[in-house]
Amino acid sequence: MNRFLLIGVNHKTAPVEVRERLAIPESRLPEATKRLAGHAGIEEAMIVSTCNRVELVARAQNGTADLRSFIREYFQVEPCTVEQHLYEYREREAVRHLFRVTSSLDSMVVGEPQILGQVKQAYAVARGVGAINSHLDALVTRAFAVAKRVRSETAIGTSAVSVASVAVELAQKIFGSLEGRAVYLIGAGKMSELAARHLLAHGAGSIFVANRTYEKALEMAERFHGNAIHFDKLYETADKADIVITSTGAPHAIFRREHGERFLARRKNRPMFFIDIAVPRDVDPAMNDLDGIFVYDIDDLQQVASAHVADRKKEAERAEQIIEIEVERFAARLQTSNVVPTIVSLQEHLENIRQAEVERLRGRFGQTTPEQEAAIEALTRGIINKILHTPITTLKSAARDQGEGPVVELIRRIFNLEDKSKAATDGSKD
Amino acid sequence: MPLFWLRVAVGFYGLGLLYALLALVRRHEIISRIIMPVIGIAFVLHFVSLTEHYVNVGRLMPDSIHTSESLLAFLIMVFFTVVYVRYRTTAPGIFVFPLVFLLTFSAAVGLKPPQFTSPVLRSGWILVHVALIFTGYAALFFSFAASLLYLLQERTLKSKRGGGLMSRLPALEVIDQMGYRSLLLGFPFMTFGIVAGSVIAQAEFGSHYFLDPKIVLSLLMYAVYMLLVYTRWNSGWRGRKAAYLSTFAFLAAILAWAANYVSGVHRFIAP
Repeated sequence: MNRFLLIGVNHKTAPVEVRERLAIPESRLPEATKRLAGHAGIEEAMIVSTCNRVELVARAQNGTADLRSFIREYFQVEPCTVEQHLYEYREREAVRHLFRVTSSLDSMVVGEPQILGQVKQAYAVARGVGAINSHLDALVTRAFAVAKRVRSETAIGTSAVSVASVAVELAQKIFGSLEGRAVYLIGAGKMSELAARHLLAHGAGSIFVANRTYEKALEMAERFHGNAIHFDKLYETADKADIVITSTGAPHAIFRREHGERFLARRKNRPMFFIDIAVPRDVDPAMNDLDGIFVYDIDDLQQVASAHVADRKKEAERAEQIIEIEVERFAARLQTSNVVPTIVSLQEHLENIRQAEVERLRGRFGQTTPEQEAAIEALTRGIINKILHTPITTLKSAARDQGEGPVVELIRRIFNLEDKSKAATDGSKD
Repeated sequence: MPLFWLRVAVGFYGLGLLYALLALVRRHEIISRIIMPVIGIAFVLHFVSLTEHYVNVGRLMPDSIHTSESLLAFLIMVFFTVVYVRYRTTAPGIFVFPLVFLLTFSAAVGLKPPQFTSPVLRSGWILVHVALIFTGYAALFFSFAASLLYLLQERTLKSKRGGGLMSRLPALEVIDQMGYRSLLLGFPFMTFGIVAGSVIAQAEFGSHYFLDPKIVLSLLMYAVYMLLVYTRWNSGWRGRKAAYLSTFAFLAAILAWAANYVSGVHRFIAP
């Protein structure tokens, strides 16, 4: 199917040592893509290089091209070090693989959204250096459309699968937009800071930081561009925050039910979200029973995350079905598009002959009446349509059975058809 | 002909009912994709039916219990559409569609209902009264639906299971806003509607009219409505408490609506 080739490594087939050996930094991507497009036997090319994968996508001129030799030459690697990690697909398999990659079915975290952007970037680079023409262009843009379809028809990318993003998702389900929401960060810790960063990235406004050692709070507040709060002012200020993230080393809960009741009264019952990352827990689970207070501890977050992973697996199966359908569809389109240029030049060829003959006839008979004119048109058109009927249907059915090659060849030879563009100019000289 | 359009609309609203029933169980791909176009068609047909009816009758005043039901259902759908345009969510449909279906179904089955023949209905003031009260009812029902949605989403969040239903419903604060805004919007309508009704009643029937069950129930409903607005505004009641109150207000509204059948003077059937 149109001589598509794909070779690459990903996180499943190759350890990181191999992947980093083959990774192409962004700055060198244009040059690498250009070289691949200029490699022996290759017509069009694109390179996707991310930390988890390197994919060389190409269309061969005719016959096959050796992508492995390109890898050996370009990366200067010993065949034995990478050979065993490479996967190679051609034609239909290559199309399917590209569709799966772009739709994020081949990703480490299935459904993660970055890969689509990365492929788009690779596509832009390849276009920029002129390495992509009609065929690969059709394939890659189709891959984008497939990715979009997968995203809109399955729930593959809708749920959060990491603890920090689950926290954001929950916050959004409580507050809607996080725009202008205040976050309170109590205690220090990698996970709690990550959660805070995620929330800020999604629009949360101000941030308060409290720590038993005030200096630490100051230092952290500076990093987050927030306000440091003295720990003994904690209960007076906590109600100012919509989202409270706790991760102190306190042996007992620092927020209990009665605190929650007080906060709610001061907040006029506006909801509050407690994210408790500390072990032992900082927030009394009984707080969750209060209307308007939502408490999630680390286990709860993890539980939601793993439930989402399971959901994604189910959605991924549906996505695979979509991909199968799309591969079929793309193949069918390509098959008929193989014979379209031949059909067009055939029609043009005969039309040119017809017009030339009609002109000659006019020269001999002089003035004709409009009725005669119409009769001549109808007669000559009828003849060429009758002649064209069988060749065109034969071409189309050959394309459907994927055996169009010899038929195209034969028809071009019989009618003496050149390339589509050339045929048009040749014809006008007749 | 108006009845015909209404019946077709009811058919389409029926799909809304199906959507509502399935929505709580699981996300249904096909239905959720076609629901808005289908409801849109139903809405337009409903509008056609109402317009045609009023053109036939020659005045805007609903002339039977069935036209009233149809009009009320339409006003509720107007609310639903406004919310859909503003918040891009069909979630209120879970509660709105069944009610709209019931109202329109009852209006469309076509048993000849008693016509409102009382000459009082010729007065323009009655029309104002009806229009205001009906809009108030629609707003009240909408905020009732929102408070149920709120409760549902709150339970889901507290159950800590995530996924499914939680992701299909709008955010808690968004639901709260929808409910509160329609409550606030409905309040002046309800107030002026009741004032207009009182003025008319005073003029037409005198003060003994105010002991009529319809009026007592309406005032009860209005009192609860006021309480709802007040508690939400003053102490931010939402969630469970607000849901209880608005359920109560909704029940009172249904009773007040149904009281037409027992009311001495509010039946508008000439003796």
